[in-house]
Amino acid sequence: MLVLTRKPNESIMIGDDVEVSVVEVKGDQVKLGITAPKSIKVHRKEIFLAIQKENIDASRPVIDRIGEIGGIFKKRK
Amino acid sequence: MKIKTKPYGELEVNEKQKIHFPDGLFGFEEVKQYFLLDSEEGPFYWLQSAEHPELAFVLIDPRVFKNNYTLSVGDDDYRAIDARKGEVIDFAIVTVPEDPEKISANLMGPIIINRKSRKARQAISENDEYTVKHYIMEEMKGRKEDLVETA
Repeated sequence: MLVLTRKPNESIMIGDDVEVSVVEVKGDQVKLGITAPKSIKVHRKEIFLAIQKENIDASRPVIDRIGEIGGIFKKRK
Repeated sequence: MKIKTKPYGELEVNEKQKIHFPDGLFGFEEVKQYFLLDSEEGPFYWLQSAEHPELAFVLIDPRVFKNNYTLSVGDDDYRAIDARKGEVIDFAIVTVPEDPEKISANLMGPIIINRKSRKARQAISENDEYTVKHYIMEEMKGRKEDLVETA
């Protein structure tokens, strides 16, 4: 992993068109600004991980339970 | 044609049920071909892997349990499946654990499908209020109370 030291208002370039700049440093929080083409998705890593984990849980449905909840919907209609 | 499915064993399906995810789902990037099946149970659908009979996801239209649900995904997500707003159908993936009270829908990573080409994608919601776990039974209760209040 490449580790660089930057100060507020300084930035790094990733390739030709992605710029990551340090906007503010306050205690243990770092505010980053990211400029990237629309085709590049920028998301907090924990969102990716949360969706990935939920998909893995969802890939093992307990089939018998679906009938039970399906029945409840029918009753409510 | 006949395929092997997780919920119903061997099943007759047609080409129109085929859904193509060029990028797969998060955590399942390599699995790109699915079939969308009606469920015999209530408001659910199945997203059945074409190649892996054991892999299938349960889907739901979030509007069934959530008042005022609005799909909110980025332009790039629409572009990835060559669709514009209004040209997609959308679902949430449902997690079904042992406890039926804990059946939940993932509104943070909605599935969008181009109605015409059936190219599909798991997007990331731009609405921060939507999380990976919305408990369907709980939301239904809230909804029922809403209905009583307005009646």
